[in-house]
Amino acid sequence: MSDYLVIDNLTKIYPTPKGDAVIVKDFNLRIKKGEFVCLIGHSGCGKSTVLSMVTGLNEITGGGIILAGKELVGPGPDRGIVFQSPCLLPWMTAFENVMLGVDQVFFTADKAERKQIAEYYLSVVGLADSMHKKPAELSQGMRQRVGIARAFALSPKMLLLDEPFGMLDSLTRMELQQVLIELWRRDKKTALMVTHDVDEALFLADRIVCMTNGPEAEVGEILEVHFPRPRDRKAVLEHPDYYKLREHLIAFLEERAHKKLPKTKIDLPKSSPPQNPNGSAHRKALNVLLNHA
Amino acid sequence: MKSFKLDWLVLPLIGAGIVLLLWQISSATWAKELPSPLKTWETSKPYIVEPFAKRGEMDQGILRFTWYSLILVAKGYALALLIGTPLGFFLGLSKTFTKIFDPIIQVLRPVSPLAWLPLGLVLFMGAGKNASELGALFTIAICAMWPTVLNTAVGVRAIPQDYLNVAKVLKLSRTKTLFKVLIPAALPYMFTGFRLSLGIAWLVIVAAEMLTGRPGVGGFLWQEYNSLIYEHIILCIITIGVVGFVLDRLMSLAESKFKTA
Ligand SMILES: Nc1ncnc2c1ncn2[C@@H]1O[C@H](COP(=O)(O)OP(=O)(O)OP(=O)(O)O)[C@@H](O)[C@H]1O
Ligand SMILES: [Mg+2]
Repeated sequence: MSDYLVIDNLTKIYPTPKGDAVIVKDFNLRIKKGEFVCLIGHSGCGKSTVLSMVTGLNEITGGGIILAGKELVGPGPDRGIVFQSPCLLPWMTAFENVMLGVDQVFFTADKAERKQIAEYYLSVVGLADSMHKKPAELSQGMRQRVGIARAFALSPKMLLLDEPFGMLDSLTRMELQQVLIELWRRDKKTALMVTHDVDEALFLADRIVCMTNGPEAEVGEILEVHFPRPRDRKAVLEHPDYYKLREHLIAFLEERAHKKLPKTKIDLPKSSPPQNPNGSAHRKALNVLLNHA
Repeated sequence: MKSFKLDWLVLPLIGAGIVLLLWQISSATWAKELPSPLKTWETSKPYIVEPFAKRGEMDQGILRFTWYSLILVAKGYALALLIGTPLGFFLGLSKTFTKIFDPIIQVLRPVSPLAWLPLGLVLFMGAGKNASELGALFTIAICAMWPTVLNTAVGVRAIPQDYLNVAKVLKLSRTKTLFKVLIPAALPYMFTGFRLSLGIAWLVIVAAEMLTGRPGVGGFLWQEYNSLIYEHIILCIITIGVVGFVLDRLMSLAESKFKTA
């Protein structure tokens, strides 16, 4: 399968009073159709910055993003977005919030069909009984369910999620991971998700992209997660590779992301090299070593 | 002491009683021209017990006068909202628009209705019989619209980026963004503006009627001052106060409805 989302030398620079702050530099990533990719990295490294450039809400300083063969310019309903806070309009019910998008995307369908779409997704995420409540009457977890339903109901080309479960308790989080992964399987969506949670990434992702620390953050390493699907949480936890992968990710976050050391080859199944092997990560890492020597 | 059940009724009555007492004392001592509360009541009685009577152009029941005033206020107030709300939106949405018009608004805002009214009369001099009504409407609208303008602008500026992003991501049309996102988001602020504007409109009406001699509470008040029937001045003052209070309460009620939304 060919690449569905291509992020090419993506760069973000914020002008600050103290000169330009290069947050992300030459970020390269290719995602295949139907793939679930998680983006992890230290707090403040620029994960949200990358994701928000893909959503189109944040301007791109350099490089480009191609989705389904077309360069992205600005935001649009072809990308379903779920942020940490669900961004529901508080004066509308859950149903109306979803309908606002459905009306926009399926403007050719008649009213009854559109209503069905919204109701379908709200039921799938478990809100059949409370879809006519306002966000204020819903719990945090229920609101995030609405956010997920809204994103899927747009029938987007891909899903962009920024720590969607970050504010939820662990039980709700696991429930919603299940809801998300089932919808993703059913609709065969392509997904890019930012998370802090290593276990969440291992449970959901086909590949985990580790970002180096900012400034000038980029892709540090990409880990293939080959647990069979559909995944069962217990089976994933008991998989012989689970702890190896987990340790590896944590080690990356704890050490290598900081120091930008050249990658050591570790004994892991199908751990792919970063996508720009001649890219600046290596050069920079080498420079660091040379300067210290 | 345990707070007791009729607090809300008894305590305000005590306040009113104190004021009545001061009034009584004043009329008996240093302000001999001031009619006493009892005399005020006796002279005003026909206007209160037959509140809708019409005995002549300037001799009508107090509620009938109030009704005239309210109609004029409603018209002027509607005009103020019709002009003020879009103006507020433009100020809230466009920095350039703000830079162009904010200074002039700040200059015009503190001008008293007493200063605007003559200008209003001059503006509509050609309207003949309607000149005084149009002048009054102009004055009410131009004095009452500022709180609506400013609060709407603040409300629009305070719309969270999250809501605007929803509109952007869904590519809502301008009209849909306005009616589905901007207006509902700014509505609580707008209502605060609407309430303050109504208060001003009611203040202005009395001045406008006094100066133009139109029938209404204000016109009646001025006429009775000229006819030396001071009891009626007090009747009018009380009526104006009560009506203003009721209007404000009604608006607060509507406002709180939208606050929770
Ligand atoms: N508008 C801005 N102007 C200047 N710097 C900014 C701006 N927005 C973000 N940054 C900087 O960009 C860096 C990356 O921010 P970003 O939100 O992408 O991090 P993150 O990886 O998502 O962090 P977290 O995991 O905590 O969410 C931060 O150091 C932040 O200070
Ligand atoms: Mg973030």
